[in-house]
Amino acid sequence: MELFTPDLGLVFWMFIAFILLFLILAKWGWPAIIKQMEGRADAIDKGVEYAREAKEQLDHARESAQKVIGEAQAQQAEILRQADQMKSQIIEAAKKEASEEARKVMEAAKISIEQSRKEAELQFRNEVSKFSIDIAEKMVRNQLKNDDAQKQLVNKMLDEIEKN
Amino acid sequence: MHLLTTAMNKKIALLLLLLAILVAPFSMSAAGKDEGSVDVKETIFHHLGDGYGWEVPFSHTYRIPLPVIVRAEDGKWFCFSSSRLSEVKEVTAADGKTKKEAEAIIYEVEKDGKTYRFYTPHVSEHEGKVVELFPIADSLQAELESEAAENAADTDLNHYVAHGYTNIDGKFWREYRCFDISITKNVLALFIAAALVTLMVMSLVRFYTRKGFKAPRKGMGFLELCVDFIYSGVIKSTLGDKAPRYAPYLLTAFFFILTMNLLGLIVIFPGGANLTGNIAITLVMAVMTFVITNVNGNKHYWKEIFWPDVPIWLKCPLPIMQVIEIFGMFTKPAALCVRLFANMMGGHMIVITLTLLIFIFAAFGAAAAGASTFVSLIFSIFMLALDVLVSFIQAYVFTLLSTIFISMAVEEHHKAEHKAEEDVA
Repeated sequence: MELFTPDLGLVFWMFIAFILLFLILAKWGWPAIIKQMEGRADAIDKGVEYAREAKEQLDHARESAQKVIGEAQAQQAEILRQADQMKSQIIEAAKKEASEEARKVMEAAKISIEQSRKEAELQFRNEVSKFSIDIAEKMVRNQLKNDDAQKQLVNKMLDEIEKN
Repeated sequence: MHLLTTAMNKKIALLLLLLAILVAPFSMSAAGKDEGSVDVKETIFHHLGDGYGWEVPFSHTYRIPLPVIVRAEDGKWFCFSSSRLSEVKEVTAADGKTKKEAEAIIYEVEKDGKTYRFYTPHVSEHEGKVVELFPIADSLQAELESEAAENAADTDLNHYVAHGYTNIDGKFWREYRCFDISITKNVLALFIAAALVTLMVMSLVRFYTRKGFKAPRKGMGFLELCVDFIYSGVIKSTLGDKAPRYAPYLLTAFFFILTMNLLGLIVIFPGGANLTGNIAITLVMAVMTFVITNVNGNKHYWKEIFWPDVPIWLKCPLPIMQVIEIFGMFTKPAALCVRLFANMMGGHMIVITLTLLIFIFAAFGAAAAGASTFVSLIFSIFMLALDVLVSFIQAYVFTLLSTIFISMAVEEHHKAEHKAEEDVA
């Protein structure tokens, strides 16, 4: 029956050994191990999550790149179209401006031509009137070379004035 | 050709081994004739029990001496080596052969002018334990002798056990069983196991502090696996967010029990002590669980004991349920204590018995001994392998049940009820 009766000395030492072991491990052992294991598990979970997200992003990246390229191409086409439009607009405007300018120049030319013509006309008239006066003078001098003729003329003039 | 010789060599080697096993008993029986039959019971109990010295392999005579710490009857403390309690003597057997044998002797020590005598008796109620001896008067000796002659007609005087007396070869001494906190074989094994557990756990912690978040490999990886197996698989899944509070106790219990179990299976020096097969060890462990359970028990736990949800006639006026519940408070840890003790002791006992079969069958002749050697070896190896498994299982079961008992005491109402149902099932 010795096997079934606990020995006091052994109980005593077991109690001391277990309490000591427990205190040492509870202070420096288990919390550190548990913290480490849980920390590592969390890190692994996070890593897996991160990898999954990264993969998702990678998968989406091609799609979004395609989208960006499409957008860029559309934009490019738009810009080209706009540029084209602008070009034609500019050309149109330039043409318009040029024709306007030309018109203005022509008008100015016309005016100046008119003016010169008028001036020439005036000059011509003056010249003509001068010539005609000269001619008339000469003719009159010729006709009035004798006194009879002069008297006749004065009489005629006087008649005319009387009649009036 | 080469292959053939290798195969032949192997076969020859195996044949020689078998022959050796078969022949061994012949030489054994020839050499050990003088020893007569083996005392099976004593051998088993010796191997299962404690001792003041630690056996040296292949020797029945010599022990590693360990310190004996005892308190004498008058309250004085003594500390001496266990080698003082025995002496190696040359014994001449009947056939004239001499052999060395350890024999218990009285250790006399003077302290403050008084002589103290310590002894480990064979024929006494305290067999194998250190007792303090006091000489008795001749009249009392004569009285005891006559008592022995009356009561024990079938045994001789030298083996008569009288209550309160030690019988040394027919001479009686009054005995006092000392208060004994000696560092016995079991106590030393206990310290070795505790040191091993500390070493293992601390080496893992040191690995972490050195290598940061790197996962340990090989041995340390296995250790971490065990910790994780118990912490995540048992403690956390049962106790939930209360796990960190109780985990240190439960993990310490698991690894301490496991280490003691496995050390017990190793036959020579650092192992060989039948620790978890000793009721003192399992008793302390069970008491720890009992204390933790009841100190941390919440309102609901105590209500379940003193006013459980049963029909009123079961608890009032006769407190039937209360008695059962209070009884249950103690039977749970008692079951823990006995389960571990019985399993481990049973395992050790079976292995020892199987080994002893060889010596028992040796009496029936060499052929029987040869066959039994072979069978015993195979069965012993099988049982030892099984015991390794049992070591793990029992440490696991102890931790698992402790966790469940604690969780029943500390958990909230609905969960506790569920657990209780499970436990009953």
